[in-house]
Amino acid sequence: MTLLSVRKIGKRFGGLQAVNDLSFDVAAGSIKALIGPNGAGKTTIFNLVSGFLHPDCGEIVFGGEAVHAMPSFQVASRGMVRTFQNIRLFPKMTALENIMVGRHVHSRAGFFAGMLNLPSTWEEERRIREKSIEIMELLGIACHAGTEAIRLAYGQQRVVEIGRALACEPKLLLLDEPAAGLNMRETNEMGGLISKIREMGVTVLLVEHDMSLVMKISDEVVVVSYGEKIAEDRPLAIQKNREVIRVYLGDDAC
Amino acid sequence: MARRYLAVAAFASLIVAIQMATFFTGTGYHLTQLTMTAYYSLVTVGLCMLIGYAGQISLGHAGFFAIGGYVAAFLTTWNLNPYQGVFVSLLKRSGALVPRTDLYGGTLLTVHPWLACAAAILLTIVIAYIVGGPVLKLKGHYLAMATLGIGIIVYRVVLGTDFLGASDGISEVPGFPLPGGLAIIGDASSRVSNYYLAWGLVILGMVLLLNLIDSRVGRALAAVHGAEDAAGAMGIPTARYKLYVFVLSAVFAALAGVLLTHYNGGVGPSEAGVMKSVRYVAIVAIGGMANLWGALSMSLVLNYLSLRGYFGTYDDAVFGVILVLIMLFAPDGLLRRHLLSDLKRVFSRDPSEEEAP
Repeated sequence: MTLLSVRKIGKRFGGLQAVNDLSFDVAAGSIKALIGPNGAGKTTIFNLVSGFLHPDCGEIVFGGEAVHAMPSFQVASRGMVRTFQNIRLFPKMTALENIMVGRHVHSRAGFFAGMLNLPSTWEEERRIREKSIEIMELLGIACHAGTEAIRLAYGQQRVVEIGRALACEPKLLLLDEPAAGLNMRETNEMGGLISKIREMGVTVLLVEHDMSLVMKISDEVVVVSYGEKIAEDRPLAIQKNREVIRVYLGDDAC
Repeated sequence: MARRYLAVAAFASLIVAIQMATFFTGTGYHLTQLTMTAYYSLVTVGLCMLIGYAGQISLGHAGFFAIGGYVAAFLTTWNLNPYQGVFVSLLKRSGALVPRTDLYGGTLLTVHPWLACAAAILLTIVIAYIVGGPVLKLKGHYLAMATLGIGIIVYRVVLGTDFLGASDGISEVPGFPLPGGLAIIGDASSRVSNYYLAWGLVILGMVLLLNLIDSRVGRALAAVHGAEDAAGAMGIPTARYKLYVFVLSAVFAALAGVLLTHYNGGVGPSEAGVMKSVRYVAIVAIGGMANLWGALSMSLVLNYLSLRGYFGTYDDAVFGVILVLIMLFAPDGLLRRHLLSDLKRVFSRDPSEEEAP
């Protein structure tokens, strides 16, 4: 079953065609990777899918609903949640509070309920806290709950950011270079974590530069170059694809 | 949560202690300035929520204060006697209009203060909502300049409108009646009750805001402040939340404007002035930005000193200087959480205590 369907989208920045006539599907329950050389348009595609940018043409269908014209918060509330290449945690908030923000779409208390501290919000607050702690325990970062999030080690910040996204209980998790800045051991752990997330029933779409990670965990890989899709296949087939080798290593390598 | 209310109780005791002190020293006249301080503090804590917690600056809040004050003053002094008709008599019969006598014994028919207050708040909500939508798309100093512009517009409008008294403002505003024979009015005989009414309202406002900070919405606002794009990616409608907190802080300012106008018996264009807006921002800044208690205590001290005339003719300059000094030397404000440890670091020569880069 297809969870996300990107259909013939295009995006132009001035004279640069950043994304051109690009289509791919993400099957529910799979891990799909988006790779390509620097400047290929991967992050633009990510921004288009998550509602941070809107395509000039084409459509993006998520769970049977067209989402390409929605602002990012509406996309998120429908169950497609992203992380950022440069970690974007909320400063001056603890790791736990960061993850509690992730429960936003699953809770309801508004301005008046909050100001009046209505008893009806107490139960909700308790559930938000419990669920957030549960997620931290699952990710093995519960010991950092009370620490200001941006004071944690880089690798831990990444995990907190993923935890925050998981707190939204997404159907589709978009990971923008989850292994960027991590050492080899941390990258391995990240691979294990992503597989674990998929086992929880969350579909994953990731952009990643670390080829060993991509080849190990993904079910399918989409390769983009200059904003166009040049290949889409299983990892082993992608490694042998002549066109992919050409864009990564140059003509002489073939 | 217990700590939250403990602080509120401590502050309430301070308010009682101040009144006791003036009672036993026979200096009850101080309460007049302290009551006015309370209403200015209401603006400050509302603005602190907007600036410190939601991260949105406004240099136009004196404008909202003035909108509240002027609507209340105009409606409660506008004599409807010459306009006898079906509509007016209907309003009169429903209690929306009240007859009263003016200073010279003439009879007036004016809008009931409660209705005028409701109209003032409603108008403020509408204006803040309409203006806030487009303006809050701006960030940083662009937002500061746009809100400054709003403040200037309100100032020039009240200054240039004849029926709002132009440069004289509106005077002879009646008291604001409350249940139990109380009223918000500047008479010496009701000085003590007004002192407690005003500070009671501030404490109520503080409780509401402190609750809000610790709620789901408070976390969402802090998230918008910290990383707006990431907040959106978590499903938070950032534009709507910024607008709501802007309207909320405008309502705090307008309510303060309404009540202080009734207390003072009038309102003038200086209340809408840009320097008033700067003053509110300066107090929030020196209080520590995201620190409601800091803003409140600084407001109490500085407004009181200003109203008692300690700053003399340099009144506005003092607040300008405060703002510059805070921005230069202590952008986190004077009263902040890690004040003691920071001071220790300043005076310690041990390099290991220097903040890590």
